[in-house]
Amino acid sequence: MQKTQKQKVTDFLINNGVIIVMIILVIYTGLTTKNFLTPNNFLNLLANMSYRLVIALGISGCVITGGCDLSGGRMVGFGACLAGTLLQKQDYSGRFFKDGFMASITPMNPFVVLLLVMLICACFGAITGWFIAYLSVPPFISTLAMMEIIYGIGLIYTGATPLGGYITGYTIFSTGRFLGLSWLIWMAVGMSAITWFIYNMTRHGKYMYAIGGNVQAAEVAGVPVKITLLIIYAKASAFFAMAGFMLGAKAGGASINTGLSYEMEGIAACALGGVSVTGGRGKVSSAIVGVAVLELLKVALQFLGVDANAQYIAIGIVIFVAISLDIRKYVQKK
Amino acid sequence: MAEYKLELKNVSKSFPGVKALDHVNLAVRPGTVHALMGENGAGKSTLMKCLFGIYHMDEGEIYLDGEKVTISNPDDAMKKGVAMVHQELQPVLARNIAENMYLGRFPVHKYGPLQVIDHKTMFEETEKWLKELGLDYNPKALLSSLSIGQMQMVEIAKAVSHEAKVIIFDEPTSSLSDKEVDFLFKVMNDLRDRGVSMIYISHKMDEIKRISDDITIMRDGTYIGTWRAAEMSTEDIITKMVGRELTQIYPDHDHEIGDVVLEAEHVTSILPKSFKDCTFNVRKGEILGFGGLVGAQRTELMEGIFGIRHLAEGTVKVDGKEVKIKRPKDAMDAGIGMITEDRRGNGIFGCLSIKDNVGISIYNKHLEAGFVLNHPEINHIVDDSIKQLSIKTPSMQQHIENLSGGNQQKVIVARWLANDPEILIMDEPTRGIDIGAKHEIYEIMETLARQGKAIIMISSEMPELLGMADRVYVMCNGKITGEITDKEDMTQEKVMTFATQF
Repeated sequence: MQKTQKQKVTDFLINNGVIIVMIILVIYTGLTTKNFLTPNNFLNLLANMSYRLVIALGISGCVITGGCDLSGGRMVGFGACLAGTLLQKQDYSGRFFKDGFMASITPMNPFVVLLLVMLICACFGAITGWFIAYLSVPPFISTLAMMEIIYGIGLIYTGATPLGGYITGYTIFSTGRFLGLSWLIWMAVGMSAITWFIYNMTRHGKYMYAIGGNVQAAEVAGVPVKITLLIIYAKASAFFAMAGFMLGAKAGGASINTGLSYEMEGIAACALGGVSVTGGRGKVSSAIVGVAVLELLKVALQFLGVDANAQYIAIGIVIFVAISLDIRKYVQKK
Repeated sequence: MAEYKLELKNVSKSFPGVKALDHVNLAVRPGTVHALMGENGAGKSTLMKCLFGIYHMDEGEIYLDGEKVTISNPDDAMKKGVAMVHQELQPVLARNIAENMYLGRFPVHKYGPLQVIDHKTMFEETEKWLKELGLDYNPKALLSSLSIGQMQMVEIAKAVSHEAKVIIFDEPTSSLSDKEVDFLFKVMNDLRDRGVSMIYISHKMDEIKRISDDITIMRDGTYIGTWRAAEMSTEDIITKMVGRELTQIYPDHDHEIGDVVLEAEHVTSILPKSFKDCTFNVRKGEILGFGGLVGAQRTELMEGIFGIRHLAEGTVKVDGKEVKIKRPKDAMDAGIGMITEDRRGNGIFGCLSIKDNVGISIYNKHLEAGFVLNHPEINHIVDDSIKQLSIKTPSMQQHIENLSGGNQQKVIVARWLANDPEILIMDEPTRGIDIGAKHEIYEIMETLARQGKAIIMISSEMPELLGMADRVYVMCNGKITGEITDKEDMTQEKVMTFATQF
């Protein structure tokens, strides 16, 4: 089939619509405002992207299998609080563990805490995944249930008090630099690399795409559908926990409402970047593009002097338009 | 009054690559039941879909009561007095009988621009029509609370409420009990007495003899003829349905048949209306055919063996050892592979590449360090199979949904060749693919048999079944009703006789 020049241009515009709109916005903002195209601004942007990307990466696995994870935001908050309580200065007056055994072992090594928090959240994610895979509870509902449960657990655990007074060993994740970029950014880079590896180089990744593409066919082809799904939801929660840890380091504190509704941003970012919400399609680059688009949009609008409240409307419109364009790729020819 | 209530003249319909209907005629007399017969794929359903406006015919004319009409869609068909009771009922299960009957044409009260559904009239009308058919169902009963037979009655009541002049029944009895069939026939007789014409599609000889006045037979999309039912014997009908030559598209049989490799004994489904008490075996290097009509539960039986469905009773032995198969993975571990019938439903991963479609069943065999995929090795295998099966594609990264049906099927075959099972079940392996690709699939089957693999082939196409199989089992209504071991003995008539036992 020969395509005319015009068709090719149209195809190109449709296939890369999101990115093109973004580039135009960046150029326009750069030309019309001061300080937008500065290294500092971009470092800031990257830091804001870092934990959002980790959330989006976690949620992308769920979306690729045709599901979602509504417990994401609450899991982020729980992870942030859990990490916070274990990493407070000993002489901090509002210390969570005032006395007793826990007071004597905290603060712990931040890296140990990170792994511990990820492990604990992964267990909760595994429970969600178990209901989805083995009891066929739809992901929307089971992750909704886990959202409530994890919020309750977080409330009981923290007594709803905000946390602060972190040791420098924790906040250095946000302030520390390596090759000019903060540790948070390197963590996001690392998680992207790990996720890319899982999606492309392991059978787990291939099974994930197969389940999203056609779950019956996956079953028939001998794919261990149930355990794969369980792992995906456990993995997602581990990612959320890490995002919570990062968010705590960046803010220097945490409360149970940290990360609230970030899962929605994550799903939106995935969809914007081209992860098909009906399953089967999506790459790590999709999550990166999606998160970048959303963050760039926020910052650009801020620089252009758009009212902070009106920015939500703009973001909503961009999601509408971008997804309508993106979906053309798949619904066109029938 | 015109001689015929409904006449279809010279109807032709082509699909890409196939001529489904070639100048077919059908003339239905007023107040009769007209049986439309033919093998699977003869074009009966296509003809009815043309009449009902689901398909648009390429050429041909429809006359109703002697007047020429055009029917553009099902809604149009119903307005003109043609109704259809589908083989696969599509009721709205969560709503009640009345709402199902009046879906899309609810009676309403009009209050200016506001239209409010007139529930009272709807329920009264529904009750009236149900009574007409001698049914005492509550119009408020949910469809989901009815049996399949009762749903069908609702469907018929709906057709009658449209004051249909012609009602098409597409295999209405395939999921009915004997009692329900009796009741259906009683209702049909009543309708006949009221002058309604009916077109009845069925494979079941005894039913045809019981209910029909006229018989029209089709074969391979062409019109064979119309006869009075009383003048035709069952043998006459079968001969007219199957009478055709086998073409030479089957490879020469040159494979050695060895020991029994798979044995299934008294295998029974957990579902009451599915396969029961099936015992069969297949040998190394043998191509075993499973014949029967659509709905004979052959697919279900094989899916039961492969672990897609569950068994209530029975044992499966591979190489004399009993194996417990709970899911397809277990079957694969026991050396069984299966190419399913519903390629789109549970065969291909449409949005994934050819590579992933082939690779999915072997990813756990090609790992480095226990978890990293060995891409070069997998690429090599996929590349080889693309060449070996001459799959037409620019690259292995191509999405499978962009390939033709035949090439998609070859990709699925490649998946199982890569997996290398000892026993390969092929369910309708050549459905919906062109003759060239069919031939290639046959060649692959012959090659596999020469390598000593056991092949179980389900086929509804008689020439294919007889042309390829070394031995044939025939199923009817969930039971294995016959085994034909002698190649000489393998005739279409014989298979049809076994296939229409109940």
